[in-house]
Amino acid sequence: MSPTAAKSKNPLSPKDRMKVPRQLMPEQAAELRAHNFEEVNLGFSPELAQQEALRCLECAKPTCTDNCPVGIDVKDFVQKIVVGDFLGAAAKIREANVLPAITGRVCPQEDQCEGKCLLSKKVKPLGIGYLERFVADYEQRMGTHVVPHAEPTGKKVAVVGSGPSGLTVAGDLIQKGHKVRVFEALHEIGGVLVYGIPEFRLPKQIVREQIDYMRQMGVEFETDVVVGRTVTIDELLEEEGYDAVYVGTGAGLPQFMNIPGEHLNGVYSANEFLTRINLMKAYKFPVYDEPMLDLHGKDVAVIGGGNTALDAIRSALRLGARKAYVIYRRSDAEMPARAEEVHHARQEGIDFQMLTAPVEFLSDGKGWLTGARCVRMDLGEPDSSGRRRPVAIEGSEFDLPLSVAVIAIGTSANPIVQSTTPGLGTNKGGYIQASDETQRTTRKGVFAGGDIVTGSATVILAMGAGRRAAKSIHEYLTTGLW
Amino acid sequence: MFKIIHAQFLAPGIKRFVIEAPRIARKQKPGQFVILRIYEEGERIPVTIENSDPVKGTINIVVQSAGKTTHLLNMLETGDSILDVVGPLGKPSEIRNFGTVVVVGGGVGTAMAYPTAAALKDAGNRVISIVGARNKELVILEKEMRAVSDALLITTDDGSYADKGFVTDKLRQLIENGTRIDLVVAVGPIVMMKAVSALTRKENIHTVVSLNPIMIDGTGMCGGCRVLIDGKSEFACVDGPEFDAHKVNFEVLVQRNAMYRDSERQSMEEFQAREQSASVEPMSRKIGETWGTPSGHATQGEQR
Repeated sequence: MSPTAAKSKNPLSPKDRMKVPRQLMPEQAAELRAHNFEEVNLGFSPELAQQEALRCLECAKPTCTDNCPVGIDVKDFVQKIVVGDFLGAAAKIREANVLPAITGRVCPQEDQCEGKCLLSKKVKPLGIGYLERFVADYEQRMGTHVVPHAEPTGKKVAVVGSGPSGLTVAGDLIQKGHKVRVFEALHEIGGVLVYGIPEFRLPKQIVREQIDYMRQMGVEFETDVVVGRTVTIDELLEEEGYDAVYVGTGAGLPQFMNIPGEHLNGVYSANEFLTRINLMKAYKFPVYDEPMLDLHGKDVAVIGGGNTALDAIRSALRLGARKAYVIYRRSDAEMPARAEEVHHARQEGIDFQMLTAPVEFLSDGKGWLTGARCVRMDLGEPDSSGRRRPVAIEGSEFDLPLSVAVIAIGTSANPIVQSTTPGLGTNKGGYIQASDETQRTTRKGVFAGGDIVTGSATVILAMGAGRRAAKSIHEYLTTGLW
Repeated sequence: MFKIIHAQFLAPGIKRFVIEAPRIARKQKPGQFVILRIYEEGERIPVTIENSDPVKGTINIVVQSAGKTTHLLNMLETGDSILDVVGPLGKPSEIRNFGTVVVVGGGVGTAMAYPTAAALKDAGNRVISIVGARNKELVILEKEMRAVSDALLITTDDGSYADKGFVTDKLRQLIENGTRIDLVVAVGPIVMMKAVSALTRKENIHTVVSLNPIMIDGTGMCGGCRVLIDGKSEFACVDGPEFDAHKVNFEVLVQRNAMYRDSERQSMEEFQAREQSASVEPMSRKIGETWGTPSGHATQGEQR
């Protein structure tokens, strides 16, 4: 521990800093929020933010930054909060991260910046995510963020997919003076940020504001374009005059479990369930036309233990579900969801059926779901993922009555771009091959990153890939070297 | 925003739209479809592409009124716009010289069968087309189908035009007459495709059907369009929409397409009440005023 107290504007000694408790995030009461789609976390006040910022030890070698996929200078922006320079703090974050209001809300901080915070050896880590969110929201409310304009380079880049990695690439490259156009298959910009993550965790207004900001910077967007079908990568490069293409098409095809009854009415993939709710606003039916099954008074379960699973089941609860279960085949320790979401879900009354897996979906004989036959599991030896492999306990079968089941066990690669781009290398799972360092693919001028390269991961990892890609695209456009 | 260059009824409740969509027009191949959304609160629905003109940058779609969205769509006129049109989606039909191909179009499905028939003819096949409709008024694209077929057979359920009966009657006759058939392509109502499939399975004739499950994104992301093919889940939007008919579980398709029947009925009833109410602004007028000329009157639709 070597705080640089001499230069510090923090009035507290390192010892006193550790005595300040981690400030609690104000949130909507669990019993209230379980019935609405308003955001759960309400955000820090300036006072709370400054109080929390005081806790930073200002390490000489900040491990928080090392452990951030986009390398935010945490120490510097937190110190700006200490002295009340909130806009300066926001500008500092923006040097590394074009979507701070989003990452401040959805990053798994406990695995990244906060996970390596020195404070956490003795007390709770610094609330870096809360602080990031605070300054991003503050900047937005003030409406004062600076729109950088760079000298045009005359180069054009096409970005395929408007999710977190595509937006990061676009935001970084426009600031280098390249012309950037983002193609989106759906009718709204934002990818998983608009179709996947629900309003109560990431209000869509926040996403729109971030995208408006990118528009102000000069990024162009074109919706309703499925690259590979509407236009191919080759056509973008050869006919439409793009000098480089970034592929960030994201999580692909939802995986199913291949157990009997998966085709029953009432069984959804998490992607479909969440898309109906978030993108199509089916919960506002009949004002919005897209329907979904009425969940009022119904028993609903999600299968899976990731963020998507929790987003789905907490949405079901808000749509009136009587019982809302998470069915997960491993234990708490292996659950990949963000800690805060698990905590919030428990507060809201979600029933976690751990070490449990469905083996069959049960039917009323007329094609509608009535329940899931489940087995209890034990954890055996570690598998290829390094997590202990669940093994079914003989004779542990039981039936769980359900009207709706949502399958959230991951995705496999969407083949549309790969199958329509000759020479674009893929790996065994069908994901696009790209260098870990440069995000270059096997095709000259084509870069890729995010879930279409790694398989399902997080918003911030996709943004990290976007950031590396932008750097490497800029290099390629400047030097012409491949 | 996608502008409607021309709108015209082909039959009661069945309308053809020529839409400005240059990117789609350049890429469209037989067997593919688009997904569209008419207005901000609208749902996304898959719609058949009949044809496209890459030079003019237009696509033709053919829509039959069934629920609220298709009714609203069919109230749009020349000069109106559609908020979102995305495509062309799905794998194109397999086009090569098979020998003799029977192309079966049922109802509005004829619009999707037509470009496939034309392409198969171009590829050197002998094309026998069978078009079926409920009655004389609902026979569409007769002239177009005749132009791309070596023979065109027409049936109507009620006998008000051509021969009374079903498309399967004609297909059975062809088989019984000893016509050598190398491939059957059938596009139409599920019950028709299922009947065609049952007939050709017995005769061991390779048969392809184009499936129309419920869809949202059309790119494979949501999995809502999953169909049971040979006991395995496949996605109609990326793996299809055409599948080997003899491997399709039609019962599951019918069951899954009925998933939102109650909501669809509710939507339709509220829509009709609104259109007829004197005190509330009709939806069709609202859309017309926002995006173009006021639209015409509702047409009573036919469920295909």
